[in-house]
Amino acid sequence: MDYLNYLRKDKMPHIWCDGCGHGIVLKSILRTVDKLGWDKNEIALISGIGCSSRTPGYVDFNTLHTTHGRALSFATGIKISKPKMHTIVVSGDGDATAIGGNHFIHAARRNMDINLIIFNNNIYGMTGGQCSPTTPTGKFASTSQFGNPDSPFDISRLAEAAGASFVARSTAYHFAKTDKYIEMAFRKKGFCVVEVLSPCPTAYGRRNKSTGKVGHEMLKDQKENSVPIERARKMKPEELKDKYITGVFIDRDVPDYFEHYNEVKKRAKLK
Amino acid sequence: MSYRYEIRLSGSGGQGLILIGKILAEAAAIYDGLNATQSQSYGPEARGGASRSEVIISDEDINYPKAEDLDILLALTQEACDKYVKDLKPGGILLIDSQMVKKLPKENFKIISLPIIQYATERLGKFMVANIISLGIITTISNLVSGDAIKHAIKARVPKGTEGINIKAYHTGKEMAEKWLKEHPEN
Amino acid sequence: MSQPNPKIKMMQGNVACAEGAIAAGCRFFAGYPITPSSEIAETMSLKLPALDGNFIQMEDEIGAMGAVIGSSLVGVKSLTATSGPGFSLKQENIGFAAIAEIPVVIINVQRGGPSTGLPTKPAQGDVMQSRWGTHGDHPAIVLCPSSVEECYFMTIRAFNLSEEYRTPVIVLSDEIIGHLTEKITIPHHSDIDIINRLKPQSDPENYLPYENTETYIPAMANFGEGYRYHVTGLVHDETGFPTNDSKKIEEQLTRLYNKIEKNHDKIIDVSEYFCDDMDTLIIAYGAVARSAKQSMLKARQEGHKVGLLKLNTIWPFPEKQIVKLCQNIKRIIVPEMNFGQLAHEIEWATRRAIPIIKYNKINGEPITPLDIYNILINRK
Repeated sequence: MDYLNYLRKDKMPHIWCDGCGHGIVLKSILRTVDKLGWDKNEIALISGIGCSSRTPGYVDFNTLHTTHGRALSFATGIKISKPKMHTIVVSGDGDATAIGGNHFIHAARRNMDINLIIFNNNIYGMTGGQCSPTTPTGKFASTSQFGNPDSPFDISRLAEAAGASFVARSTAYHFAKTDKYIEMAFRKKGFCVVEVLSPCPTAYGRRNKSTGKVGHEMLKDQKENSVPIERARKMKPEELKDKYITGVFIDRDVPDYFEHYNEVKKRAKLK
Repeated sequence: MSYRYEIRLSGSGGQGLILIGKILAEAAAIYDGLNATQSQSYGPEARGGASRSEVIISDEDINYPKAEDLDILLALTQEACDKYVKDLKPGGILLIDSQMVKKLPKENFKIISLPIIQYATERLGKFMVANIISLGIITTISNLVSGDAIKHAIKARVPKGTEGINIKAYHTGKEMAEKWLKEHPEN
Repeated sequence: MSQPNPKIKMMQGNVACAEGAIAAGCRFFAGYPITPSSEIAETMSLKLPALDGNFIQMEDEIGAMGAVIGSSLVGVKSLTATSGPGFSLKQENIGFAAIAEIPVVIINVQRGGPSTGLPTKPAQGDVMQSRWGTHGDHPAIVLCPSSVEECYFMTIRAFNLSEEYRTPVIVLSDEIIGHLTEKITIPHHSDIDIINRLKPQSDPENYLPYENTETYIPAMANFGEGYRYHVTGLVHDETGFPTNDSKKIEEQLTRLYNKIEKNHDKIIDVSEYFCDDMDTLIIAYGAVARSAKQSMLKARQEGHKVGLLKLNTIWPFPEKQIVKLCQNIKRIIVPEMNFGQLAHEIEWATRRAIPIIKYNKINGEPITPLDIYNILINRK
């Protein structure tokens, strides 16, 4: 495939740093769109604010770069008023689960037919490396200079508990798995979340050397410390310390928002 | 001669005072071709707490939509009576429930004290229709809207299946008012 | 009893806003429960599904504002409604709609503030917030209904203005009007003028979503129509992509300002009553305009030369319309259910050449005709 079919060439170079994983995730999205043969005119790619949220500017779809954390609410309006639009939201860990946490759990609760790809780099990269809701406890950030006192969210488990019909986690290193999970998400009705762990050497790696300082070291860390969910289920919590659990967390056939709302419309018309 | 007639319906939340305000306003505006406004003020409680609904009826445009100088005050609780009686104009009508309001104000207005709630429970077997009984009394005493208009408005507003008992409640109120008027010929 | 005319209804102000929105072609509502505006959401939830429209109760006020922008972007006219606390939360995305030039309508049924304030009591405390609530310089169109009929027709007009000028439009109602039930004559739908957004004539390759046209209002393609453009809250150039070029920034922000500024005469709407021979002018809006009118009529009957200017739009501010009436008058009375938010603008517009008497009530009670009458006849 030719990626340039899907990119706004005149918007290159992108703003992402050397070693950043976001470009790898973007290519997974584009490969999947190409594989499914979706019409570019019928794709809306929506984001909030942050490094990942610059993605819409680079791709040749209907693109919407909204306010911080709010992408899912804009996407909800788009999807409801134009259900045939393939609605993809890209978000970061801070955007989706801090300021946008409420929209995230409620989009999952409603099982709104939206695909959410979260680029989780455990940090606020664009604003200079402040800690995020997925920065592990004890790790360093520009606002946790003595180690992060907070406990992190597990984004995939949060999405699963809130009602999403499909949730999977991959890493930038495991791009083939990312392709597979995004394809599963795109083919499925309802709220589908693919969380991709994406290295941020500039804002995270440099401060937290345990995961590697530069991009390739961080990718190596992902390779060596990822544990498939099937295996993780048989392991003890202490064995899973500093591991990345990957795989399909949930894949369930439950009615999405539109199945319920179409019933509402039918009942309203009978009155 | 144009007129502006102000009615406040007061008591506690859940007594259906907002509903009879709407019925009265609709009877006047939709069925009798007059102008009417209905408004309410309320607290955070859905049940209990003070509740009041106001209706202005006029043969002209109604600018200020709230009551300033009441012609009729309905008070179904002592609290409502104590609180709002100051807004009743001299010569106005204070309609109270004889069981609920025992402490009567002494001012220059007519007091009509009737066992509204007792009749609702004992004669009609339904506490909830005290509001419609009150409506029957008010419309009979004031002669503001036609009997046909009020009956149409009641039927259009009350829950389906309760039209019968509500019309009965209206007639109960009408009879109570007619009896009172006979006993007080000066009115 | 007369035979009822089916077009005449007794309707609540909030319900009339919802009915007006539907008449204007609105087919999407997103909101969050809040007193005293909830009847708007409730009516939309009742009416929209049977019209193949969509109602959604969002998780919060911010999300509701985001959803209506998204919906409008795919071409469906969209409404949200709220009151003070929710209006504060919506400001972020109202700013987005302003800079991204997405037509949406926001109804704010004002209650007492600040903060949670007085949920069930009326106020006019959001006059300045409706103008300057979101950060940065932004256009604002704000309509102020003072009757149930105006709730209906001003909501229609709000949609028309939002579509015509590609901008968020605010209907600034209040608890008195929102919860008032009175007579309204519903027009036949063929008697209602509907304005729709200007669609691009150019092919997608040459489409400039933020083109600096002569009218200052660029054509708007809906998502999904083949134009595949970019929408952002960042300051952008005419292509829609973010820019840091100071010349382009200035060009776009000036256009955003001018599209309202140069169309004041078409947007501003006021009603004059007895303004030909007055020495005293009352300026009022919203529920207070009704009290003002009643007190004016009483004073007129007694021979006082009083006129009333009722502001149907408060933003853009009707400076020219006010100044025009100030030639031969002795005083202006400005009654407001706030501490004088619009009176301040009037002082500025008249350069304080005429004494302005402010009457302000902030205790949750309405301003009565007697309150204003007492000022008119100089009675304390």
